[in-house]
Amino acid sequence: MSTRTEPLIRAENVRKRFGDSWILRGISLDVYKGEVLVVIGPSGSGKTTLVRCMNALEPIDGGRITIGGRLMGCREHRGRMAPLPERLIARQRRHVGMVFQRFNLFPHMTALDNVMVAPIRVLGRRAPDIRQEAVDLLERVGLGSKLDSYPGQLSGGQQQRVAIARALAMKPEALLFDEPTSALDPETVGEVLDVMRKLAKSGMTMVVVTHEMAFAREVADHVMMLDGGLVVETAPAETFFAAPAQARTQQFLRSIL
Amino acid sequence: MDTRFLVDFILNPPAIVWQGLLVTVAISVVAQAAGVALGLVVALARRSARRWLRFLAGTYVWVWRGTPLLVQLLLVYTGVAAAGFYRYPDIVLGPLVIAGPMQAALLTLACNEAAYMSEIFRSAIQTIDSGQSDAARALAMTPATAFRWIILPQAFRIVLPPLGNEFTLMIKGTSLLSIIGVREFFGTLQDINSATFRTFEIFLYAALCYLFLTTVLGFGQRWLERRMARHEAPAAKLAAARLSRRSLLGAQR
Repeated sequence: MSTRTEPLIRAENVRKRFGDSWILRGISLDVYKGEVLVVIGPSGSGKTTLVRCMNALEPIDGGRITIGGRLMGCREHRGRMAPLPERLIARQRRHVGMVFQRFNLFPHMTALDNVMVAPIRVLGRRAPDIRQEAVDLLERVGLGSKLDSYPGQLSGGQQQRVAIARALAMKPEALLFDEPTSALDPETVGEVLDVMRKLAKSGMTMVVVTHEMAFAREVADHVMMLDGGLVVETAPAETFFAAPAQARTQQFLRSIL
Repeated sequence: MDTRFLVDFILNPPAIVWQGLLVTVAISVVAQAAGVALGLVVALARRSARRWLRFLAGTYVWVWRGTPLLVQLLLVYTGVAAAGFYRYPDIVLGPLVIAGPMQAALLTLACNEAAYMSEIFRSAIQTIDSGQSDAARALAMTPATAFRWIILPQAFRIVLPPLGNEFTLMIKGTSLLSIIGVREFFGTLQDINSATFRTFEIFLYAALCYLFLTTVLGFGQRWLERRMARHEAPAAKLAAARLSRRSLLGAQR
Protein backbone atom coordinates (compact mmCIF):
# COMPACT_ATOMS: atom_id res chain seq x y z
CA MET A 1 0.00 0.00 0.00
CA SER A 2 1.33 3.38 -0.86
CA THR A 3 0.64 6.05 1.68
CA ARG A 4 0.25 9.76 1.22
CA THR A 5 3.88 10.32 2.10
CA GLU A 6 5.17 7.95 -0.55
CA PRO A 7 4.73 8.91 -4.21
CA LEU A 8 3.44 6.28 -6.62
CA ILE A 9 5.69 7.60 -9.36
CA ARG A 10 9.04 9.13 -8.57
CA ALA A 11 11.72 10.27 -10.96
CA GLU A 12 15.08 11.37 -9.60
CA ASN A 13 17.56 13.25 -11.72
CA VAL A 14 16.62 11.33 -14.87
CA ARG A 15 18.99 11.82 -17.77
CA LYS A 16 18.66 10.53 -21.29
CA ARG A 17 20.57 11.10 -24.47
CA PHE A 18 20.26 10.12 -28.10
CA GLY A 19 23.76 9.96 -29.48
CA ASP A 20 25.56 13.10 -28.40
CA SER A 21 22.54 15.21 -27.60
CA TRP A 22 21.05 15.15 -24.12
CA ILE A 23 17.26 15.08 -24.30
CA LEU A 24 16.69 14.90 -20.54
CA ARG A 25 19.25 16.68 -18.37
CA GLY A 26 18.12 15.73 -14.90
CA ILE A 27 14.38 15.53 -14.33
CA SER A 28 12.85 14.88 -10.94
CA LEU A 29 9.17 14.55 -10.18
CA ASP A 30 6.73 12.97 -7.72
CA VAL A 31 3.21 11.86 -8.51
CA TYR A 32 1.06 10.60 -5.66
CA LYS A 33 -1.67 8.03 -5.99
CA GLY A 34 -4.78 9.51 -7.58
CA GLU A 35 -2.98 12.62 -8.79
CA VAL A 36 -2.81 13.99 -12.30
CA LEU A 37 0.43 15.56 -13.47
CA VAL A 38 0.29 17.47 -16.73
CA VAL A 39 3.59 18.00 -18.54
CA ILE A 40 3.84 20.88 -20.99
CA GLY A 41 6.63 22.44 -22.97
CA PRO A 42 7.72 23.36 -26.47
CA SER A 43 8.48 20.64 -29.00
CA GLY A 44 11.86 19.09 -28.44
CA SER A 45 11.73 19.83 -24.73
CA GLY A 46 11.79 16.12 -23.87
CA LYS A 47 8.16 15.58 -22.81
CA THR A 48 7.59 12.52 -24.96
CA THR A 49 10.96 11.05 -24.07
CA LEU A 50 10.18 11.54 -20.40
CA VAL A 51 6.95 9.51 -20.48
CA ARG A 52 8.56 6.86 -22.67
CA CYS A 53 11.35 6.54 -20.12
CA MET A 54 8.81 6.18 -17.32
CA ASN A 55 7.69 2.74 -18.48
CA ALA A 56 11.13 1.92 -19.81
CA LEU A 57 10.22 2.06 -23.50
CA GLU A 58 13.48 4.00 -23.65
CA PRO A 59 16.39 3.11 -21.38
CA ILE A 60 17.68 6.01 -19.31
CA ASP A 61 21.29 7.09 -19.04
CA GLY A 62 21.20 8.35 -15.48
CA GLY A 63 19.02 8.78 -12.44
CA ARG A 64 16.18 6.50 -11.43
CA ILE A 65 12.47 6.07 -11.97
CA THR A 66 10.28 4.12 -9.58
CA ILE A 67 6.63 3.30 -10.05
CA GLY A 68 4.85 1.55 -7.19
CA GLY A 69 8.26 0.81 -5.69
CA ARG A 70 9.54 -0.87 -8.87
CA LEU A 71 12.78 0.50 -10.23
CA MET A 72 11.75 0.78 -13.87
CA GLY A 73 13.97 -0.89 -16.44
CA CYS A 74 16.91 -1.29 -14.13
CA ARG A 75 18.22 -3.22 -11.22
CA GLU A 76 20.58 -1.90 -8.64
CA HIS A 77 23.66 -3.95 -8.06
CA ARG A 78 26.31 -2.80 -5.56
CA GLY A 79 25.23 0.79 -5.93
CA ARG A 80 25.35 0.66 -9.73
CA MET A 81 22.41 0.58 -12.11
CA ALA A 82 22.24 -2.20 -14.66
CA PRO A 83 19.56 -2.61 -17.34
CA LEU A 84 17.03 -5.38 -16.80
CA PRO A 85 16.37 -7.91 -19.57
CA GLU A 86 13.33 -6.99 -21.67
CA ARG A 87 11.40 -9.99 -20.31
CA LEU A 88 11.62 -8.63 -16.77
CA ILE A 89 10.87 -5.07 -17.84
CA ALA A 90 7.71 -6.49 -19.40
CA ARG A 91 6.62 -7.70 -15.95
CA GLN A 92 7.08 -4.20 -14.55
CA ARG A 93 5.01 -2.70 -17.33
CA ARG A 94 1.97 -4.74 -16.31
CA HIS A 95 1.29 -2.04 -13.75
CA VAL A 96 1.67 0.97 -16.01
CA GLY A 97 -0.58 1.76 -18.97
CA MET A 98 0.30 4.00 -21.86
CA VAL A 99 -1.69 5.90 -24.47
CA PHE A 100 0.12 7.11 -27.57
CA GLN A 101 -0.24 10.13 -29.79
CA ARG A 102 -0.93 7.96 -32.82
CA PHE A 103 -3.12 5.41 -30.98
CA ASN A 104 -1.14 2.41 -32.20
CA LEU A 105 -4.14 0.12 -32.14
CA PHE A 106 -3.55 -3.33 -33.59
CA PRO A 107 -5.11 -3.02 -37.06
CA HIS A 108 -5.70 -6.75 -37.51
CA MET A 109 -7.95 -7.00 -34.47
CA THR A 110 -11.42 -5.72 -33.66
CA ALA A 111 -11.84 -3.09 -30.96
CA LEU A 112 -12.86 -5.82 -28.51
CA ASP A 113 -9.85 -7.98 -29.38
CA ASN A 114 -7.56 -4.97 -28.99
CA VAL A 115 -8.85 -4.62 -25.43
CA MET A 116 -8.66 -8.33 -24.63
CA VAL A 117 -5.35 -9.25 -26.21
CA ALA A 118 -3.06 -8.17 -23.36
CA PRO A 119 -5.03 -9.82 -20.52
CA ILE A 120 -5.17 -13.02 -22.59
CA ARG A 121 -1.63 -13.13 -23.94
CA VAL A 122 0.17 -11.48 -21.02
CA LEU A 123 -1.83 -12.45 -17.96
CA GLY A 124 -3.03 -15.79 -19.33
CA ARG A 125 -6.71 -15.02 -18.76
CA ARG A 126 -9.32 -16.89 -20.78
CA ALA A 127 -11.34 -14.96 -23.35
CA PRO A 128 -14.81 -15.99 -22.06
CA ASP A 129 -13.86 -14.89 -18.52
CA ILE A 130 -12.79 -11.38 -19.47
CA ARG A 131 -15.09 -10.66 -22.37
CA GLN A 132 -17.66 -8.91 -20.18
CA GLU A 133 -14.95 -6.81 -18.52
CA ALA A 134 -13.69 -5.73 -21.93
CA VAL A 135 -17.19 -4.90 -23.14
CA ASP A 136 -17.74 -2.81 -19.98
CA LEU A 137 -14.50 -0.92 -20.62
CA LEU A 138 -15.51 -0.10 -24.18
CA GLU A 139 -18.91 1.01 -22.95
CA ARG A 140 -17.18 3.19 -20.38
CA VAL A 141 -15.36 5.03 -23.18
CA GLY A 142 -18.61 5.29 -25.14
CA LEU A 143 -17.90 2.61 -27.73
CA GLY A 144 -20.31 -0.14 -26.71
CA SER A 145 -21.63 -0.19 -30.27
CA LYS A 146 -18.21 -0.58 -31.91
CA LEU A 147 -17.04 -3.84 -30.35
CA ASP A 148 -16.57 -5.61 -33.66
CA SER A 149 -15.20 -2.67 -35.64
CA TYR A 150 -11.64 -2.74 -36.86
CA PRO A 151 -9.43 0.29 -36.16
CA GLY A 152 -9.48 1.20 -39.85
CA GLN A 153 -13.24 1.65 -39.58
CA LEU A 154 -13.06 4.04 -36.61
CA SER A 155 -12.42 7.78 -36.43
CA GLY A 156 -9.31 9.05 -34.69
CA GLY A 157 -11.21 9.95 -31.54
CA GLN A 158 -12.84 6.54 -31.43
CA GLN A 159 -9.49 4.83 -31.94
CA GLN A 160 -7.94 6.79 -29.12
CA ARG A 161 -10.79 5.83 -26.81
CA VAL A 162 -10.28 2.17 -27.71
CA ALA A 163 -6.59 2.68 -26.91
CA ILE A 164 -7.52 4.02 -23.47
CA ALA A 165 -9.81 1.03 -22.85
CA ARG A 166 -7.02 -1.26 -24.00
CA ALA A 167 -4.62 0.27 -21.49
CA LEU A 168 -7.21 0.04 -18.71
CA ALA A 169 -7.78 -3.67 -19.41
CA MET A 170 -4.49 -4.42 -17.65
CA LYS A 171 -5.81 -2.65 -14.51
CA PRO A 172 -2.76 -0.40 -14.28
CA GLU A 173 -1.77 1.56 -11.19
CA ALA A 174 -0.98 4.55 -13.36
CA LEU A 175 -1.59 5.71 -16.92
CA LEU A 176 0.84 7.64 -19.10
CA PHE A 177 -0.52 9.79 -21.94
CA ASP A 178 1.78 10.98 -24.70
CA GLU A 179 0.00 13.88 -26.44
CA PRO A 180 -3.21 11.84 -26.73
CA THR A 181 -5.11 14.47 -28.71
CA SER A 182 -2.38 15.92 -30.91
CA ALA A 183 -3.11 13.63 -33.86
CA LEU A 184 -6.89 14.14 -33.72
CA ASP A 185 -9.28 16.20 -35.78
CA PRO A 186 -10.42 19.17 -33.71
CA GLU A 187 -14.00 17.89 -33.47
CA THR A 188 -12.96 14.59 -31.88
CA VAL A 189 -10.56 16.06 -29.31
CA GLY A 190 -13.41 16.72 -26.89
CA GLU A 191 -14.63 13.12 -26.71
CA VAL A 192 -11.16 11.88 -25.78
CA LEU A 193 -10.65 14.63 -23.17
CA ASP A 194 -14.05 13.73 -21.69
CA VAL A 195 -12.95 10.16 -21.17
CA MET A 196 -9.69 11.31 -19.60
CA ARG A 197 -11.53 13.74 -17.34
CA LYS A 198 -13.77 10.93 -16.07
CA LEU A 199 -10.75 8.72 -15.53
CA ALA A 200 -9.06 11.40 -13.46
CA LYS A 201 -12.22 11.86 -11.39
CA SER A 202 -12.37 8.12 -10.76
CA GLY A 203 -9.00 8.41 -9.03
CA MET A 204 -6.65 7.14 -11.70
CA THR A 205 -3.06 8.29 -11.34
CA MET A 206 -2.10 9.97 -14.59
CA VAL A 207 0.86 11.64 -16.24
CA VAL A 208 -0.36 13.57 -19.27
CA VAL A 209 1.77 15.25 -21.89
CA THR A 210 -0.54 17.66 -23.68
CA HIS A 211 -1.03 21.05 -25.27
CA GLU A 212 -4.65 21.24 -24.08
CA MET A 213 -4.33 24.02 -21.54
CA ALA A 214 -8.02 24.12 -20.65
CA PHE A 215 -7.83 20.43 -19.81
CA ALA A 216 -4.66 20.98 -17.78
CA ARG A 217 -6.21 23.81 -15.80
CA GLU A 218 -9.32 21.79 -15.04
CA VAL A 219 -7.98 18.29 -14.40
CA ALA A 220 -4.34 18.58 -13.36
CA ASP A 221 -3.24 18.62 -9.76
CA HIS A 222 0.20 19.73 -10.76
CA VAL A 223 1.59 21.14 -13.97
CA MET A 224 5.20 20.77 -14.96
CA MET A 225 6.90 22.85 -17.62
CA LEU A 226 9.88 21.35 -19.47
CA ASP A 227 12.32 23.13 -21.71
CA GLY A 228 15.58 21.83 -23.14
CA GLY A 229 15.40 18.67 -21.08
CA LEU A 230 15.09 20.51 -17.76
CA VAL A 231 12.17 21.31 -15.49
CA VAL A 232 11.43 25.02 -15.75
CA GLU A 233 8.88 24.89 -12.97
CA THR A 234 6.33 22.66 -11.32
CA ALA A 235 3.35 24.06 -9.46
CA PRO A 236 -0.22 23.27 -8.47
CA ALA A 237 -2.43 23.90 -11.50
CA GLU A 238 -4.14 27.06 -10.18
CA THR A 239 -0.87 28.67 -9.23
CA PHE A 240 0.82 27.57 -12.41
CA PHE A 241 -1.71 29.24 -14.69
CA ALA A 242 -2.59 32.20 -12.47
CA ALA A 243 0.92 33.22 -11.53
CA PRO A 244 3.71 31.33 -13.28
CA ALA A 245 6.96 32.08 -11.51
CA GLN A 246 9.38 31.77 -14.39
CA ALA A 247 9.68 34.14 -17.33
CA ARG A 248 10.13 31.16 -19.67
CA THR A 249 6.79 29.72 -18.54
CA GLN A 250 5.03 33.05 -18.94
CA GLN A 251 6.42 33.38 -22.43
CA PHE A 252 5.38 29.83 -23.37
CA LEU A 253 1.85 30.23 -22.01
CA ARG A 254 1.44 33.51 -23.88
CA SER A 255 2.55 31.88 -27.09
CA ILE A 256 0.00 29.06 -26.98
CA LEU A 257 -3.01 30.59 -25.23
CA MET B 1 2.54 -30.04 -85.63
CA ASP B 2 0.25 -32.98 -85.10
CA THR B 3 -2.92 -31.32 -83.85
CA ARG B 4 -4.79 -34.55 -83.36
CA PHE B 5 -2.03 -35.94 -81.18
CA LEU B 6 -2.02 -32.76 -79.06
CA VAL B 7 -5.80 -32.67 -78.64
CA ASP B 8 -5.84 -36.37 -77.84
CA PHE B 9 -3.06 -35.85 -75.31
CA ILE B 10 -4.86 -32.95 -73.68
CA LEU B 11 -8.19 -34.74 -73.46
CA ASN B 12 -6.85 -38.10 -72.47
CA PRO B 13 -3.32 -37.98 -71.05
CA PRO B 14 -1.66 -41.23 -69.93
CA ALA B 15 -1.92 -42.09 -66.23
CA ILE B 16 1.77 -41.37 -65.60
CA VAL B 17 1.21 -37.76 -66.64
CA TRP B 18 -1.45 -37.40 -63.96
CA GLN B 19 0.91 -38.97 -61.46
CA GLY B 20 3.65 -36.59 -62.51
CA LEU B 21 1.35 -33.63 -62.09
CA LEU B 22 0.40 -34.83 -58.63
CA VAL B 23 4.08 -35.20 -57.67
CA THR B 24 4.81 -31.69 -58.96
CA VAL B 25 2.01 -30.17 -56.90
CA ALA B 26 2.98 -32.17 -53.81
CA ILE B 27 6.64 -31.18 -54.05
CA SER B 28 5.73 -27.54 -54.59
CA VAL B 29 3.43 -27.43 -51.58
CA VAL B 30 5.80 -29.23 -49.22
CA ALA B 31 8.90 -27.31 -50.33
CA GLN B 32 7.08 -23.98 -50.22
CA ALA B 33 5.72 -24.64 -46.72
CA ALA B 34 9.14 -25.70 -45.48
CA GLY B 35 10.68 -22.68 -47.22
CA VAL B 36 8.26 -20.31 -45.50
CA ALA B 37 8.97 -21.81 -42.08
CA LEU B 38 12.73 -21.84 -42.54
CA GLY B 39 12.61 -18.40 -44.14
CA LEU B 40 10.91 -16.98 -41.07
CA VAL B 41 13.63 -18.46 -38.87
CA VAL B 42 16.34 -16.96 -41.08
CA ALA B 43 14.56 -13.57 -41.08
CA LEU B 44 14.44 -13.64 -37.28
CA ALA B 45 18.09 -14.57 -37.12
CA ARG B 46 18.93 -11.61 -39.37
CA ARG B 47 17.15 -9.31 -36.91
CA SER B 48 18.77 -10.89 -33.87
CA ALA B 49 20.78 -8.86 -31.40
CA ARG B 50 23.54 -11.47 -31.63
CA ARG B 51 26.13 -10.62 -34.23
CA TRP B 52 27.13 -14.16 -35.12
CA LEU B 53 23.49 -15.12 -35.75
CA ARG B 54 23.02 -12.13 -38.04
CA PHE B 55 26.22 -13.06 -39.85
CA LEU B 56 25.16 -16.69 -40.23
CA ALA B 57 21.77 -15.74 -41.63
CA GLY B 58 23.29 -13.17 -43.96
CA THR B 59 25.72 -15.73 -45.30
CA TYR B 60 22.92 -18.24 -45.77
CA VAL B 61 20.93 -15.80 -47.91
CA TRP B 62 24.04 -14.73 -49.80
CA VAL B 63 24.93 -18.30 -50.77
CA TRP B 64 21.47 -19.65 -51.61
CA ARG B 65 20.40 -16.58 -53.52
CA GLY B 66 23.68 -16.16 -55.28
CA THR B 67 23.84 -19.59 -56.93
CA PRO B 68 21.52 -21.11 -59.54
CA LEU B 69 18.90 -23.61 -58.42
CA LEU B 70 20.06 -26.10 -61.05
CA VAL B 71 23.60 -26.04 -59.71
CA GLN B 72 22.32 -26.37 -56.16
CA LEU B 73 20.28 -29.45 -57.09
CA LEU B 74 23.17 -31.14 -58.81
CA LEU B 75 25.54 -30.34 -55.97
CA VAL B 76 23.18 -31.52 -53.21
CA TYR B 77 22.29 -34.79 -54.93
CA THR B 78 24.69 -35.85 -57.65
CA GLY B 79 27.73 -34.02 -56.36
CA VAL B 80 27.42 -35.21 -52.80
CA ALA B 81 26.85 -38.80 -53.93
CA ALA B 82 29.77 -38.68 -56.36
CA ALA B 83 32.15 -37.45 -53.69
CA GLY B 84 30.88 -40.16 -51.36
CA PHE B 85 30.00 -37.65 -48.59
CA TYR B 86 26.48 -38.90 -48.12
CA ARG B 87 24.07 -41.37 -49.67
CA TYR B 88 20.40 -40.68 -49.24
CA PRO B 89 18.73 -43.72 -47.68
CA ASP B 90 15.10 -44.38 -48.65
CA ILE B 91 12.72 -42.96 -46.10
CA VAL B 92 9.64 -45.13 -45.62
CA LEU B 93 6.52 -43.41 -44.33
CA GLY B 94 3.84 -46.10 -44.28
CA PRO B 95 2.95 -46.81 -47.91
CA LEU B 96 5.06 -43.83 -49.06
CA VAL B 97 8.69 -44.36 -49.97
CA ILE B 98 10.69 -41.17 -50.35
CA ALA B 99 13.72 -41.94 -52.46
CA GLY B 100 17.02 -40.11 -52.44
CA PRO B 101 16.37 -37.79 -55.40
CA MET B 102 13.10 -36.67 -53.87
CA GLN B 103 14.76 -35.94 -50.51
CA ALA B 104 17.49 -33.94 -52.17
CA ALA B 105 14.90 -32.11 -54.27
CA LEU B 106 12.75 -31.13 -51.27
CA LEU B 107 15.79 -30.14 -49.24
CA THR B 108 17.26 -27.97 -51.99
CA LEU B 109 13.99 -26.34 -53.00
CA ALA B 110 13.13 -25.57 -49.36
CA CYS B 111 16.56 -24.13 -48.56
CA ASN B 112 16.57 -22.09 -51.77
CA GLU B 113 13.06 -20.82 -51.10
CA ALA B 114 13.93 -19.96 -47.50
CA ALA B 115 16.57 -17.51 -48.71
CA TYR B 116 13.99 -15.59 -50.73
CA MET B 117 11.25 -15.88 -48.12
CA SER B 118 13.54 -14.59 -45.40
CA GLU B 119 14.12 -11.39 -47.37
CA ILE B 120 10.38 -11.04 -47.95
CA PHE B 121 9.65 -11.56 -44.24
CA ARG B 122 12.41 -9.16 -43.28
CA SER B 123 11.10 -6.32 -45.40
CA ALA B 124 7.53 -7.04 -44.29
CA ILE B 125 8.52 -6.85 -40.63
CA GLN B 126 10.41 -3.63 -41.30
CA THR B 127 7.33 -2.13 -42.93
CA ILE B 128 5.28 -2.48 -39.75
CA ASP B 129 5.11 0.79 -37.86
CA SER B 130 7.33 0.93 -34.78
CA GLY B 131 4.28 2.15 -32.87
CA GLN B 132 2.93 -1.39 -33.03
CA SER B 133 5.81 -2.80 -31.06
CA ASP B 134 5.72 0.24 -28.73
CA ALA B 135 2.08 -0.51 -27.98
CA ALA B 136 2.75 -4.21 -27.48
CA ARG B 137 5.62 -3.47 -25.11
CA ALA B 138 3.57 -0.90 -23.22
CA LEU B 139 0.96 -3.63 -22.70
CA ALA B 140 3.65 -5.68 -20.97
CA MET B 141 4.13 -8.18 -23.78
CA THR B 142 7.48 -9.91 -23.91
CA PRO B 143 9.31 -9.65 -27.24
CA ALA B 144 8.22 -13.19 -28.16
CA THR B 145 4.57 -12.55 -27.32
CA ALA B 146 4.57 -9.26 -29.22
CA PHE B 147 6.09 -10.92 -32.26
CA ARG B 148 3.70 -13.85 -32.28
CA TRP B 149 0.44 -11.95 -31.76
CA ILE B 150 1.09 -8.43 -33.01
CA ILE B 151 3.93 -8.31 -35.52
CA LEU B 152 3.70 -11.69 -37.26
CA PRO B 153 -0.03 -11.56 -38.15
CA GLN B 154 0.47 -8.15 -39.72
CA ALA B 155 3.65 -9.21 -41.48
CA PHE B 156 1.84 -12.22 -42.88
CA ARG B 157 -0.72 -10.06 -44.60
CA ILE B 158 2.02 -8.05 -46.23
CA VAL B 159 3.83 -11.24 -47.19
CA LEU B 160 0.84 -12.82 -48.89
CA PRO B 161 1.17 -11.22 -52.36
CA PRO B 162 4.91 -11.92 -52.75
CA LEU B 163 4.29 -15.38 -51.29
CA GLY B 164 1.95 -16.10 -54.19
CA ASN B 165 4.72 -15.04 -56.55
CA GLU B 166 7.17 -17.30 -54.83
CA PHE B 167 4.79 -20.23 -55.10
CA THR B 168 4.43 -19.63 -58.82
CA LEU B 169 8.21 -19.65 -59.16
CA MET B 170 8.34 -22.81 -57.08
CA ILE B 171 5.91 -24.68 -59.34
CA LYS B 172 7.91 -23.68 -62.38
CA GLY B 173 11.17 -24.46 -60.61
CA THR B 174 10.18 -28.08 -60.06
CA SER B 175 10.60 -28.61 -63.81
CA LEU B 176 14.35 -28.70 -63.13
CA LEU B 177 14.05 -31.76 -60.92
CA SER B 178 14.17 -34.29 -63.76
CA ILE B 179 17.90 -33.61 -63.94
CA ILE B 180 18.39 -35.50 -60.67
CA GLY B 181 15.84 -38.16 -61.60
CA VAL B 182 12.71 -37.07 -59.79
CA ARG B 183 9.72 -38.32 -61.75
CA GLU B 184 7.64 -35.17 -61.58
CA PHE B 185 5.44 -33.74 -64.31
CA PHE B 186 8.04 -32.39 -66.71
CA GLY B 187 10.38 -35.33 -66.25
CA THR B 188 7.56 -37.69 -67.16
CA LEU B 189 6.82 -35.69 -70.28
CA GLN B 190 10.47 -35.78 -71.28
CA ASP B 191 10.37 -39.57 -71.02
CA ILE B 192 7.27 -39.66 -73.21
CA ASN B 193 9.04 -37.41 -75.67
CA SER B 194 11.97 -39.80 -75.95
CA ALA B 195 9.53 -42.59 -76.73
CA THR B 196 7.27 -40.75 -79.19
CA PHE B 197 9.34 -37.89 -80.64
CA ARG B 198 6.26 -35.61 -80.61
CA THR B 199 8.58 -33.01 -79.16
CA PHE B 200 6.75 -29.82 -80.03
CA GLU B 201 3.32 -31.14 -79.04
CA ILE B 202 4.52 -32.52 -75.73
CA PHE B 203 6.45 -29.44 -74.66
CA LEU B 204 3.55 -27.24 -75.74
CA TYR B 205 1.32 -29.42 -73.61
CA ALA B 206 3.73 -28.95 -70.69
CA ALA B 207 3.65 -25.18 -71.09
CA LEU B 208 -0.17 -25.17 -71.18
CA CYS B 209 -0.38 -27.28 -68.02
CA TYR B 210 2.04 -25.03 -66.09
CA LEU B 211 0.08 -22.01 -67.29
CA PHE B 212 -3.12 -23.63 -66.07
CA LEU B 213 -1.59 -24.39 -62.64
CA THR B 214 -0.19 -20.91 -62.12
CA THR B 215 -3.43 -19.29 -63.33
CA VAL B 216 -5.53 -21.26 -60.87
CA LEU B 217 -3.04 -20.30 -58.17
CA GLY B 218 -3.34 -16.65 -59.16
CA PHE B 219 -7.11 -16.75 -58.74
CA GLY B 220 -6.77 -18.44 -55.37
CA GLN B 221 -4.27 -15.84 -54.25
CA ARG B 222 -6.43 -12.91 -55.29
CA TRP B 223 -9.39 -14.39 -53.46
CA LEU B 224 -7.32 -14.87 -50.29
CA GLU B 225 -5.90 -11.34 -50.47
CA ARG B 226 -9.34 -9.81 -50.84
CA ARG B 227 -10.57 -11.85 -47.91
CA MET B 228 -7.71 -10.77 -45.66
CA ALA B 229 -7.85 -7.12 -46.71
CA ARG B 230 -11.52 -6.71 -45.82
CA HIS B 231 -10.97 -4.65 -42.69
CA GLU B 232 -7.54 -3.33 -43.33
CA ALA B 233 -6.55 0.25 -42.78
CA PRO B 234 -5.62 2.10 -45.98
CA ALA B 235 -2.00 2.43 -44.86
CA ALA B 236 -1.53 -1.33 -44.51
CA LYS B 237 -3.10 -1.89 -47.91
CA LEU B 238 -0.71 0.57 -49.50
CA ALA B 239 2.29 -1.10 -47.94
CA ALA B 240 1.12 -4.49 -49.17
CA ALA B 241 0.60 -3.19 -52.68
CA ARG B 242 4.04 -1.60 -52.73
CA LEU B 243 5.74 -4.78 -51.60
CA SER B 244 3.94 -7.00 -54.05
CA ARG B 245 4.88 -4.71 -56.91
CA ARG B 246 8.48 -4.74 -55.90
CA SER B 247 8.62 -8.50 -55.73
CA LEU B 248 6.96 -8.83 -59.12
CA LEU B 249 9.87 -6.92 -60.61
CA GLY B 250 12.41 -8.71 -58.50
CA ALA B 251 11.08 -12.20 -59.10
CA GLN B 252 13.57 -13.32 -61.71
CA ARG B 253 15.88 -16.16 -60.86
